[in-house]
Amino acid sequence: MGILEKHKFLETNATALLIGAFAVVTIGGIVEIAPLFYLQNTIEKVEGVRPYTPLELTGRDIYVREGCYVCHSQMIRPMRDEVERYGHYSLAAESMYDHPFQWGSKRTGPDLARVGGRYSNEWHVDHLTNPQSVVPESVMPKYGFLANRLIEPTYIEERLKTDALVGVPYTSEMIEQAKADFAAQANPDADTAGLEERYAKANVANFDGQPGISEMDALVAYLQVLGTMVDFSTFQPDPDR
Amino acid sequence: MSKKPKQMKGEVETTGHEWDGIAEYNHPLPRWWLWTLYATIIWAIAYTIAYPAWPLITHATRGVLHQSNRADVAAEIKRYDEANAPVEAKLVATDLTAIAANPDLVNYTQNAGGAVFRTWCAQCHGSGAAGAKGFPNLNDDDWLWGGTIEDIYTTISHGVRNTTDPDARYSEMPRFGADGLLEPAQIDQVVQYVLQISGQDHDAALASEGATVFADNCTACHGEEGKGDRSVGAPNLTDAIWLYGGDVKSLTETVTNARFGVMPAWGQRLSESDVRAVASWVHSRGGGE
Repeated sequence: MGILEKHKFLETNATALLIGAFAVVTIGGIVEIAPLFYLQNTIEKVEGVRPYTPLELTGRDIYVREGCYVCHSQMIRPMRDEVERYGHYSLAAESMYDHPFQWGSKRTGPDLARVGGRYSNEWHVDHLTNPQSVVPESVMPKYGFLANRLIEPTYIEERLKTDALVGVPYTSEMIEQAKADFAAQANPDADTAGLEERYAKANVANFDGQPGISEMDALVAYLQVLGTMVDFSTFQPDPDR
Repeated sequence: MSKKPKQMKGEVETTGHEWDGIAEYNHPLPRWWLWTLYATIIWAIAYTIAYPAWPLITHATRGVLHQSNRADVAAEIKRYDEANAPVEAKLVATDLTAIAANPDLVNYTQNAGGAVFRTWCAQCHGSGAAGAKGFPNLNDDDWLWGGTIEDIYTTISHGVRNTTDPDARYSEMPRFGADGLLEPAQIDQVVQYVLQISGQDHDAALASEGATVFADNCTACHGEEGKGDRSVGAPNLTDAIWLYGGDVKSLTETVTNARFGVMPAWGQRLSESDVRAVASWVHSRGGGE
């Protein structure tokens, strides 16, 4: 009974119990979490992943604000049925610039990890405005008000800086040009050479088909880039990972 | 802690502490529960040996079974690919127009093509291919870009007005109102004329004015009689089938701002046999030519 007698010391001494419990949780946490920062398969480098453009980032904030993650996951699991339906399974690197990530854990609607390029901008606008007009069986709410809310990118530089602070490689040039890039991406007539040089394969379009940059423009720009950064025709997965 | 109270013979031992005269029995844990606990501990140890578990310097331990989700899913996909390979090879090798005559291929394309359609196409064209406003109905015999299986195949493979495929089908109706090509009064007239040629109620006086506007501006694509031109994706305006609506309001909107429907290039996303399968499926809906 020796060890149990000693255990009585912890059971009868609140401070000691607190310190002991903290030590146990700390060890458990370090063992479970710390390896994710250095194990090869969780920090796999993948070509093509770039930071979001200012407009996409704004759209992403709207995605988070509207709680899209409550019904839509962004995580294609490595199972045949998911790969057949949604495309190549998600890689950790594809959400490396997501703060916070939008993997989600619930699918009332479909997974959106690779929705980019799958539908036209017009479809996204129609669908967000009135989902049942294109998918009669859908239970998604209507988000038509997004088209009426114009955005001024007042704080976009600060928004990029905040992400840079937690490790997203926004260069000082990207931050300086944030307002210009924000406007250029939603204007097909603008000079977009700088934007496309800074952000590879950025989609340029008047996403909502209306004058002005609305929340609809930003959200559709974000949806259209999802899952399109990595070229899976050249990506070779390492099966050991 | 108070002193351990004396026990009556046959009574269960107590834990030895007591508050306000209340003592606590010290029952042993049930055997079955204890053995279950030991079994789960042994299971956990065996599991960490068999499967990837313990984090080391650069990798976690692989486990003696070398299980890998990536390898598993790759093997699973390969298994189905290999099972489908013969029929898919046959489908790719067969001339598009000859598919309908081959019962094996028809059987395959009806199932595989239907599955491809429900996965990739149904969101715009509807789960029954009946379309929606702005997204064509594929069940009828009214085609924008042609209804032969070759036409359907080309449309699916390269898409319409997208920016990713240089061979995408492309045409662009001028924005007659927004760009000031027509006066608002002329738009009203030509809309009445379109109502007339499509057999709807119309204002005869405006329509006769509109006939001139139509002849001057619209016939290059929509034809002298407004029956459309598939080579430029111009719809037939004389029938009762409308992609964006055939009422005055919709027609005015169409003439003013034009429409610009976009379809992705599925040849860039789906395999050749999947594109052929879904083309064959769409062709068999009833409107195929």
